[in-house]
Amino acid sequence: MTDDRLTGYRGKLRTALEAEDVEIGDKLEVSVNNQQYRGSLMPRVETYDEYHLIIKMVSGYNIGLAYGDAMIIKKTGTAPKPEFKQPPLPEAKKELPKVSIISTGGTIASRVDYVTGGVISAMSSRDLLAVVPELVEVADVDADILYSVFSEDIGGEHWAGMAKRAYDKIKAGADGIIFTHGTDTMGYSSAAMSFALQNLPCPVIFVGSQRSSDRPSSDNATNLMGGVYTAAHAPFAEVCIGLHENTSDLSISYLRGTKVRKCHTSTRYAFQPINDFPIARYKDGKVEMLNDRIRVRQDSEPKLLNTFSDKCALVKFAPDYNPAVLEYFLTEGYRGIIIEATGLGQINQTLWPAVERAKKDGVFVGVVSQCTWGRVNLNVYSHGRELIDRGAVPLEDMHGETAYVKLKWCLGQTEEIDEVKKLMLTNIVNEFNPRTPYLRRMG
Amino acid sequence: MDYKKIGLTVGIEIHQELATETKLFCNCPPELNKDGYDFTFTRKLRPAQSELGEIDPAALFEFLKGKTIIYEADHRTSCLVEMDEEPPSPMDKEAVDIALTFSLMTKGTPVDEVQVMRKTVVDGSNTGGFQRTSVVSLGGEVEVGGKTYHLEQVAVEEDAARKISEDGDTITYRLDRLGIPLIEITTAPEMHTPQEAYDVARRIGSILRATGKVRRGIGTIRQDVNVSIMNGGIIEIKGAQDLGMIKTLVEFEAQRQATLVEIQGELKIRGVKAEDLEKKHVDVSEMFARTESKILLNALQSGGKVYAVKLKGFNGLTGKELCPNRRLGTEMSDHAKFMGGVRGIFHTDELPGYKITQDEVDRMRKYVGTEEGDAVVIVADDESKCIAALTAVVDRAVTALSGVPAETRSANQDGTTRFTRPRPGAARMYPETDVRPTHISADAVAMALKGLPDMPEVKLAKYQKRYELNEKLAIQVLDSEHLDLFEELSELGLSTTLLAVTLTEDLTKLRRDSIPTDALSQDAFRETFMLVKDGTTVKESIPDMLTYLAKNPTHNAERAIKELGLEMMSDEDVKKLVESAVKEREGLVRERGMKAMGPLMGVIMGKARGKASPQQVNKLLNAAIRAIIE
Repeated sequence: MTDDRLTGYRGKLRTALEAEDVEIGDKLEVSVNNQQYRGSLMPRVETYDEYHLIIKMVSGYNIGLAYGDAMIIKKTGTAPKPEFKQPPLPEAKKELPKVSIISTGGTIASRVDYVTGGVISAMSSRDLLAVVPELVEVADVDADILYSVFSEDIGGEHWAGMAKRAYDKIKAGADGIIFTHGTDTMGYSSAAMSFALQNLPCPVIFVGSQRSSDRPSSDNATNLMGGVYTAAHAPFAEVCIGLHENTSDLSISYLRGTKVRKCHTSTRYAFQPINDFPIARYKDGKVEMLNDRIRVRQDSEPKLLNTFSDKCALVKFAPDYNPAVLEYFLTEGYRGIIIEATGLGQINQTLWPAVERAKKDGVFVGVVSQCTWGRVNLNVYSHGRELIDRGAVPLEDMHGETAYVKLKWCLGQTEEIDEVKKLMLTNIVNEFNPRTPYLRRMG
Repeated sequence: MDYKKIGLTVGIEIHQELATETKLFCNCPPELNKDGYDFTFTRKLRPAQSELGEIDPAALFEFLKGKTIIYEADHRTSCLVEMDEEPPSPMDKEAVDIALTFSLMTKGTPVDEVQVMRKTVVDGSNTGGFQRTSVVSLGGEVEVGGKTYHLEQVAVEEDAARKISEDGDTITYRLDRLGIPLIEITTAPEMHTPQEAYDVARRIGSILRATGKVRRGIGTIRQDVNVSIMNGGIIEIKGAQDLGMIKTLVEFEAQRQATLVEIQGELKIRGVKAEDLEKKHVDVSEMFARTESKILLNALQSGGKVYAVKLKGFNGLTGKELCPNRRLGTEMSDHAKFMGGVRGIFHTDELPGYKITQDEVDRMRKYVGTEEGDAVVIVADDESKCIAALTAVVDRAVTALSGVPAETRSANQDGTTRFTRPRPGAARMYPETDVRPTHISADAVAMALKGLPDMPEVKLAKYQKRYELNEKLAIQVLDSEHLDLFEELSELGLSTTLLAVTLTEDLTKLRRDSIPTDALSQDAFRETFMLVKDGTTVKESIPDMLTYLAKNPTHNAERAIKELGLEMMSDEDVKKLVESAVKEREGLVRERGMKAMGPLMGVIMGKARGKASPQQVNKLLNAAIRAIIE
């Protein structure tokens, strides 16, 4: 919400409203020729045209009226000042495990402003418990806002801050960490936390929602409830993402932070495991373990390794890909490039000289597949072998996003190209699955 | 009942499905799926808080019921939009145009920009927890019986999912209907008798059909009725599917409200105050340890309790009939069922009874400490459910002190109504930010005005003339779901009267006889009429054939004829039949001459109905009789 008293109104209509000393929410009487309209002034979406006045009638409906010379606007009352009545809070149960909720943005919990229709986010512990009071039954929750950014604006700097905050919370006694995060780049951030927070004693779980929290059907509360329970009680100590397992509200699936991708633009079950089984499922108030390759919850000293390089690129090969694009990164001093190649790992031979130059310049080139599912293998076709000869490194069954984040992290740990190569091929937090499992995917 | 004296005021809301190409916010076909469903999914809804920290009372109410919602969906009529898994597509322009047409036919004023709103509805009938709705025009009027009735607004909105069943805490909906465009017409509260309400609803319905762009058939039009009387709250009654029901609904509701006001007066005389109605729920399980009442005993044996609460001053009132078959106790029971999830309650005005003895009642009354004039309500279930139920009972008793509480009710089959939820507050509408507004330009209005369809009476006159129908039949055809089929088949040279009678009156008769006429496909009608036209069978066979086809929807009309033995007899066979009949009754023929035609026709047609045309039999019979007497 901006402080503008006339949000979204521009041009002549705005001038007319200003002349009447009107602001959003004020009661108006509008007449056009012989027609009379009564209602409160509503904000206008900034990207809509500047010729329509929006009023909310007593019935609750909004209508748009075209502004013109014949329109007479009269203010008949001022906006009622909203007075927020805090609902009574449930009592915290201090004997329960402690879970820290760290918010980075998105609106996992919010309330609707029925006056303007805006959504006001609610992220203090108090707000959160008011919205999802059942949380107090499963954990002793504290919540704070670290960032308020859209998920597409998140990057290495935020990852460093997020890892530090989670580390501090664990050191201060948290039994589980929840990150609330916009879903679009959640998979990148979960991979980043996987590498930045090692030797974990407890779960670090990313939670978000695919249906905004202002609607009764939002998946926010079920995802949050499942996340907090799992963070508090599950027997694993992994970084993972937990959203709906399918379109029903009954189960939440926990997917390894390095082996997960947002595979659908809008569904609740958008996140799917990549070349891995889910770690666990939350259903009927219980956690069921589904994966043997896990780090168990334990009494350990967490390690904070939160430096990420910004000299990395993720490029997706396509037919007729221009080699000058790869050359550009080298000229700009990039230290590493992940190429999403076709199939088992092939790219057009016109790109080979650029790969060769990278080798000469001491720049890391990793190869993953744009197929997403499956493992790269550069030994099968001659074009694959040509890439190996030019120093490109096949990165097993990692998908592009995880390989990119891991490279940013590796280059944050060391400048040495050989050390980078070694790290990239080391299975640090189960980002490789040594065996490729048979997985059926949801549409 | 003197409606003027009680100050009866009625407003109606008409919801009519529109005959568009697609649903309102996606490209699915706006049809119900007859072949069941392909998959199911399960959801929970929770109300969102308003800026003021308040939750819409109706929304909270549904949430507190803790319902689990199961949706049954099919791939043909539903996509991710219906599933609330994808943002809506832009609003269907055709639906807005139809609403605009109706609005201009009724002299409404279109808005310049149609804004889509979300109306909170958390009973599960909408997967998002809200219904998308938008005002297209304001004002307008219809004329009925020389009187002008005003419209408040015309809106376009999405239809809700179909409720299939409700079992304890689980409600099941079918998704196909969700998103079908509806026009919603709201009248001003200007009707003051049940008859007026009926007449206005009927008039609006006929103007809607005159647009030629509305869906027809059962369930495609639904009426809500808002009823109030002097000094009472507004009662919104949902879901009258049958126009004829409106009169009874209003009649019973007026009666119910008037009686509630009477009870309010009586309670005042008795000096009952809100603070007298304490939520002191008493465990009376012990009193009923040896009861013969199965209901109580079952509850006790499965670990439950029997609880009682005293209602001071309510003796004789809980049993007072508000309208046929509904007492104040029934209202309390509705609230108890919803808030407590119990099966029902007992009140002392209906006891002793239900195998509960006078002795048990006396002991219980003593135990909870009643005085003369007090009523007691008891309930048997799990302890927490009992408490919730009795709390709801006391709350309903308190509202009885102020007469008629505003609430939303649903229509029962018999025209009475039952409580469904409190009236939603004003806080239930907020903008649908995922859909851009639709503009209605002055040019679009001018264009629409030029091409307005005929009003119903003009259309009727034209229709009568064109199809040579009497007024009654023409009205029936114009109101029929088979209007298009009628027009199509008329082109084939079939008798328009036969078509009209079959498609309206005959079908109604079959439906009354519980024949599943909904199962009749357009082709079933077409084939049946074609076989009559080409002489394979006679028109008298039609009702039997349609009955057969309704019961056997996978069979075709030819098969129906075979199975029913309705094939025409050969000329030779008819002749034989006639001759043998005449021979058998030769005495009669000789005695009465040509006057024997009547009885003989009856005998022969009794054997040949549907297999020979009466004209043919008549001719042959005439010849056969002449051959004997001449």
